[in-house]
Amino acid sequence: MTESRTSALDTVAVASTDPEREQPWAELGLKEDEYARIREILGRRPTGAELAMYSVMWSEHCSYKSSKVHLKQFGELAQETPRGPMLAGIGENAGVLDIGQGYAVSFKVESHNHPSYVEPYQGAATGIGGIVRDIIAMGARPVAVMDPLRFGPLDAPDTHRVLPGIVAGVGGYGNCLGLPNIGGEAVFDATYYGNPLVNALAVGVLRHEDLHLANASGTGNLVVLYGARTGGDGIGGVSVLASETFDADGPAKRPAVQVGDPFMEKLLIECTLELYGAHVVAGIQDLGGAGLSCATSELASAGDGGMHVELDKVPLRDSTLSPEEILMSESQERMMAVVEPANIDAFLAICRKWDVEAAVIGEVTDTGRLVIDWHGQTVVDVPPGTVAHEGPVYNRPFARPDWQDALQADGAEKLPRPSTGAELRSTVVQLAASPNLCDKSWITDQYDRYVRGNTVLSQPSDSGMIRIDEETNLGVSISTDCNGRFAKLDPYAGAQLALVESYRNVATGGAEPLAVSDCLNFGSPEDPAVMWQFAQACTGLKDACKELGTPVTGGNVSLYNQTGETAILPTPVVAVLGVIDDVTKRTPSAFEAAGQAVYLLGETREELSGSEWAHVVHGHLGGLPPKVDFAAEKALALLLREGVGLLATAHDLADGGLAQTLVESSIKNGVGVTVSLEGDPFLALFAESTARVLVAVPADRTGELEALAAKHGVPAAALGTTGGDAIVVEGQFELPIAEVREAWSATLPAAMA
Amino acid sequence: MKIGVVTFPGTLDDVDAQRAVTIGGNEAVALWHGDHDLKGVDAVVLPGGFSFGDYLRCGAISRFSPVMTEVIEAAHKGMPVLGICNGFQILTESHLLPGALIRNDHRKFVCRDQKLRIENNATAWTSAYEKDQEITVVLKNGEGSFVADEATLDMLEGEGRVVARYLDVNPNGSLRDIAGITNERGNVVGLMPHPEHAVEELCGPGTEGLGFFTSLAASVFA
Repeated sequence: MTESRTSALDTVAVASTDPEREQPWAELGLKEDEYARIREILGRRPTGAELAMYSVMWSEHCSYKSSKVHLKQFGELAQETPRGPMLAGIGENAGVLDIGQGYAVSFKVESHNHPSYVEPYQGAATGIGGIVRDIIAMGARPVAVMDPLRFGPLDAPDTHRVLPGIVAGVGGYGNCLGLPNIGGEAVFDATYYGNPLVNALAVGVLRHEDLHLANASGTGNLVVLYGARTGGDGIGGVSVLASETFDADGPAKRPAVQVGDPFMEKLLIECTLELYGAHVVAGIQDLGGAGLSCATSELASAGDGGMHVELDKVPLRDSTLSPEEILMSESQERMMAVVEPANIDAFLAICRKWDVEAAVIGEVTDTGRLVIDWHGQTVVDVPPGTVAHEGPVYNRPFARPDWQDALQADGAEKLPRPSTGAELRSTVVQLAASPNLCDKSWITDQYDRYVRGNTVLSQPSDSGMIRIDEETNLGVSISTDCNGRFAKLDPYAGAQLALVESYRNVATGGAEPLAVSDCLNFGSPEDPAVMWQFAQACTGLKDACKELGTPVTGGNVSLYNQTGETAILPTPVVAVLGVIDDVTKRTPSAFEAAGQAVYLLGETREELSGSEWAHVVHGHLGGLPPKVDFAAEKALALLLREGVGLLATAHDLADGGLAQTLVESSIKNGVGVTVSLEGDPFLALFAESTARVLVAVPADRTGELEALAAKHGVPAAALGTTGGDAIVVEGQFELPIAEVREAWSATLPAAMA
Repeated sequence: MKIGVVTFPGTLDDVDAQRAVTIGGNEAVALWHGDHDLKGVDAVVLPGGFSFGDYLRCGAISRFSPVMTEVIEAAHKGMPVLGICNGFQILTESHLLPGALIRNDHRKFVCRDQKLRIENNATAWTSAYEKDQEITVVLKNGEGSFVADEATLDMLEGEGRVVARYLDVNPNGSLRDIAGITNERGNVVGLMPHPEHAVEELCGPGTEGLGFFTSLAASVFA
């Protein structure tokens, strides 16, 4: 690559006269057969610039070559939510759904795992930046972000490097954009040591008529690159970083991580929205992974089929960059628009107002070719579809690992259990103070959750909720969930469990779940066991979406998440977006007043495998995860929606079971509860059976709740009453809220001190 | 009353400030940093955010935006000006208020529901509060630690120019727990916490920030 600066330019003409030149395809991450395929497409060897484009676009991260065959099945789902047809789906920058009243929302979750290990602050920051640009590119104003995170053990040395940096990066970028961070997850497990997961979700709002799509149509229309200048950062990031496993020796790839400028992105948001408002944008695409290689080839192949670009017109931060480097650069905060010539002056004037640099770098053609010149000489001449969409497709071998049976046979149900009231009490406290269940405000207090003034619910609620319209109080609710331990025990069920938990969390606030975005984080696809986990998770998620009527609108796959031979827990993070017609009526999650009747909705079974109790108390992972019951989840969600106004509070039961739900419901407002538990109190407190929610209703309205539960066929058990300053389990123990709050809130600050 | 809300590049809480002005019973007028024009407003809010990315000292570049020439001149003539968070930083950079805001002592951005005591209810922006009234509003900043030399701090205290003080927790290391101050005349107020995020029960910690946006009418018409 550096050679091209000093030697003669490698043009298309040179490639034809010097056909057997040695090329660094292996160093760029291409396999031998892939290089041969490029030569076959072009009928000659590629130029250096062409090789750069194909190598980044055919990388795992951009081409989904290992995952494509399994992702296909999401396309089988009806492209329709309970509120009507989707306005844009898989294949666009982000999915777009109709939420009524002329509004649509766009949302998507994406990974930025590998860069965040190499350079935690910038990796996480640019993860937020990238997902936000996907949302802007659909024509939407971004209104909130969320961040599902996974780390190694809380007490591990590298976690103390990675966690503060990632949190500061998520906050530093998102706060500066003025986007409220309304939730997320922070989960700790040994398998994420050396391979943390940084998933970032953004949601945006648009009017139906403002929908924009990524295509370059209209021969003669101008191609404009605007935003930050192009520099040497992130070169080869996607191919080098996201598509190979880290060596156990640790990171040495720092220069390939991008550097973010959130101020520029804020200008880009406001500038782009003003451009939409002025109707001067014919097509648009953000620049993310693979930079200009991706934007030019995808725009061209989605439009009239051709584009001519003069690469030397790209504004540069570093004038020594070669054409190959410019094409591969992943400099952040850049967008590419297609503009009719009649609108170009207005377009450039709006960019000037916002101090955003813009350059016309080419035009749309009808040649069917993507032609890129460098100072008058052609360095790229390719069919754009071959770069953007005709990357290799692998049918990677997959096989159920031989250890899976032994793992599933080793259930947690046989582990020794606490039996006395005192033992149960100390187990409740031990779990509440454990890394996965403890107070996360050390993290979330570094995020602005209030900006824009529409945050109705945010951490620590079960879901985040945003008001969309201040007059009608229309709003949306989002939750992201995944229990990787369940997915390890049974990847098919694990993905479904992630979906039903997210679905339930959205319903708990009173919203109607509509659609799904997923971020599928797995180990190396070259390991048949990992590929099996991936295939199972995809099928499980697809089957579950079909049952619940919630389509997958888009998402992202992150593979090669492993250090040496150790793959991460399979982590299919599932985000569910729901709509609520009146946010002022949402159901809060924590007890608000004394004297209310507390009910448990749903059925508790002896399900302890993969539970937080087994993980924290016994360090155990084995057995079969809790049973998924779609009919029960749907009935419960309907009940929760119809119960809006009747239910004083509602809190989902998940990690840590009823015990943790009682703790969280009591701690927030300091309102205690007294319950009496039928049957085995240990199981009642710590089993993690699905389709369960704890609700409180005014004491004089229990009849209405029981009638509603009967109508939907949801088991409802009266547990007790809110009030007092302790969590009391009759006949077992009394736990003052102050005591459990102290244990719950001390964990993260102590670990990070 | 018409209250202007200035948008600088990188301003974030302008929509919130406009909403608070409206809920407070006044008319919000959007002002652009690049215009030498206050559009005939009766008062100005400089809202929070990261103007110009805070890449230099916070507020140091915004202070030179064209609109600030007009704001500074009007403030000297007595126009009520409220700077919130980044707006407070712009006011100190403009020398309309003394002292400076530096990085939080714990080096992290912090967002929390913060209790304050309103110690001076004689300013244009605080007359709706009782003296020493305790309120809870949003606090969110990375560089919110108020500092000044001892003589200036003594002067501010002596002249009753500490408008608001942090209670229970000092969230950023501000000297003498100072959350907000005013100028000698009481028309310019700088406040690190965000009253505009506490004007609706639905979205934020209650409505105790609303007084900053209802005071104006009371004080001007008094």
